[in-house]
Amino acid sequence: MSQEIIRIENVGKQYRLGQVGTGTFSQDITRWIHKIRGKEDPYVQVIEDNDPSAKGGSDLIWALRDISFSVNRGEVLGIVGKNGAGKSTLLKILSRVTSPTIGEIKVKGRIASLLEVGTGFHPELSGRENIFLNGAILGMTKQEIRTKFEEIVDFSGVERFIDTPVKRYSSGMYVRLAFAVAAHLEPEILIVDEVLAVGDAEFQRKCMGRMKDVSGEGRTVIFVSHNMTAVNSLCTECIYLRGGRIVSKGNTQDIVNQYLSTEETSRVYVDWKNGNNPGDDVAILHSVKLIDENLKGISFATIDKKIGVEYVYEILKDDYVLYPNVHLFTSKREHVFVGTNRNAPKFTPPGVYKVIMWVPENLLNEGVYVIGAALTSLNPTVVHFWESEALVFEVIEDLNKRGHDYHHRIPGVIRPILNWDIQKIS
Amino acid sequence: MKEEEKWDLVIKPRYKWYQIDLASIWQYKDLIGLLVRRDFVAAYKQTIFGPLWYFVQPILTSLTFTFIFGGIAKISTDGAPPMLFYFGGITIWTYFSDCFTRTSSTFTSNAGVFGKVYFPRLIMPLSVLISTLFKFGIQFLIFIVLWVYFMHTTTKVHPQWAYMLLLPILIFMMAGLGLGFGILVSSLTTKYRDLIFLVGFGVQLLMWASCVVLPLSTMPPKIKAIMLLNPFTSIIETFRFMFIGSGQFLGIWLVYGFGFMLLTVFISVVIFSRVEKTFMDTV
Repeated sequence: MSQEIIRIENVGKQYRLGQVGTGTFSQDITRWIHKIRGKEDPYVQVIEDNDPSAKGGSDLIWALRDISFSVNRGEVLGIVGKNGAGKSTLLKILSRVTSPTIGEIKVKGRIASLLEVGTGFHPELSGRENIFLNGAILGMTKQEIRTKFEEIVDFSGVERFIDTPVKRYSSGMYVRLAFAVAAHLEPEILIVDEVLAVGDAEFQRKCMGRMKDVSGEGRTVIFVSHNMTAVNSLCTECIYLRGGRIVSKGNTQDIVNQYLSTEETSRVYVDWKNGNNPGDDVAILHSVKLIDENLKGISFATIDKKIGVEYVYEILKDDYVLYPNVHLFTSKREHVFVGTNRNAPKFTPPGVYKVIMWVPENLLNEGVYVIGAALTSLNPTVVHFWESEALVFEVIEDLNKRGHDYHHRIPGVIRPILNWDIQKIS
Repeated sequence: MKEEEKWDLVIKPRYKWYQIDLASIWQYKDLIGLLVRRDFVAAYKQTIFGPLWYFVQPILTSLTFTFIFGGIAKISTDGAPPMLFYFGGITIWTYFSDCFTRTSSTFTSNAGVFGKVYFPRLIMPLSVLISTLFKFGIQFLIFIVLWVYFMHTTTKVHPQWAYMLLLPILIFMMAGLGLGFGILVSSLTTKYRDLIFLVGFGVQLLMWASCVVLPLSTMPPKIKAIMLLNPFTSIIETFRFMFIGSGQFLGIWLVYGFGFMLLTVFISVVIFSRVEKTFMDTV
């Protein structure tokens, strides 16, 4: 028996730039005349890839192009990509909000999509009435909703206000109720956009837990997110979209890896080969690289593994006491620490050197960090090179290894594991 | 040879022109019910008189017509009490005009929901027909009260009991025409909003051309022939004929109107289901 549950073949979606509606009536007529004469649509031939920065002559762009893949039963597929990569368009097509310009999608079983929570909520209606209305919009029958009603109310935590119009709800209550309905859908295929981005920490924990349950029940989930930690913890397979095309498909680790190293947000290896190396007549920097415990280059760091910052520099002159130092910043450029080597040899003869500074596991929190690389000598203090943003990398976490079920990001610049003493004293 | 796999759903750019998915509308029947309920509850929350407001509009309009056309212009009402004559016409006409006006903004006013979740789009206009039917029911009730009153106080009311069996058909025709014109306008306005401006005005014009105020018998023969081509003429005339005995029963024109309604519904549903596939890109 085939396990394939969704098959997508050559799907593309074209959009017209600029103002839709005005000024296109004559085009519509031309198009129509061409059609009744059995000719091709004269306006559809202009093909350009989805590159917002390109200055194309045409005002038609492909938001999605040549998308082909299939999803197996029980798979949790993540779709990653920057804003504008076509993720949302793909989800819209999958959830039948709009149809593709070309291509075909075949599906087995019922699809439910969560592009938004609380679709169709009416402010004047009570929580109870909205549960039924929203449930029905999402494709449940009255009977199904009735049997799950208690569960939904429990999950949402708004029992006391269930007969109050939702316009009197706080925005948190509103979102909780809305997600509760969505969480109790039981389709074969669930399509989820970044709805997890809403609500407080406690609520997000519930959402992540619920998403895990759903995938644990053997249902198929397609999940779109920017949050690599969420993708990494939930998805088994991933698709990486860029400019409306699939860059790659594979297991989550590889794709997250590729995504984080390709998108400009991260830079895990710099090498000055062309001669304009930072430095002066005493020392110059050759390269800076992020590595793992096996000394292999990596594109992102994992919270429970140690991280190495390796730099290669060349000393050109004798008689200097040189201290390599590594500065670590948060993405907001808060200075976290400076790493210096207190045991550095006093004098180092000219030559090419490699130093590695190890950041221990379980020190950094999840998030984006910036590495600045410097080499200084003391007495007198001279900075020989200073690359303030040599590397930019992301630390992610596998939520499955957290050991407790708080699934929201734990705040803080660092997140060391600390020792606790617990005693029962009475 | 590999056997063709069975897929439950195939998403393609263009569907065949006649593809109207009635089965999935049936699956979503609960949603229709809940939307009707929503309309009803939401419309009169935080009003003191609630659905009583449904009485006000037709009564005031009828009084105005009675005063102007009956009292001042002295236009014939085929011997019927003017108040009852106008009220009857307005009641059934309002059902059409409400259906039409409300379904004509199906796409634009539901863009938020349609953009986020899929369900058969026809659910929305269908629920409008039903929730509007409640309003019609209430107004019809007042009409019946007036009708009973005039029957007992005057001799001008001559109900044609046998013809009253046609009432559900008349209402069905009004619903069909309202739906047909409404979703047609809605489909055409996803791209060009121009037609929206014609809706309110057009309904007014159409009312004058549908014998709501001026009975068919007052028309010169030439205009009469044109008026009969308007399917609303026979519906409204028949409605008044069955209750009041005024005007005339136009059997053959009623059949014509029914055919007209079916054709309108068919064409507009076909256009609607084409537009619903991609309207999110243009709305």
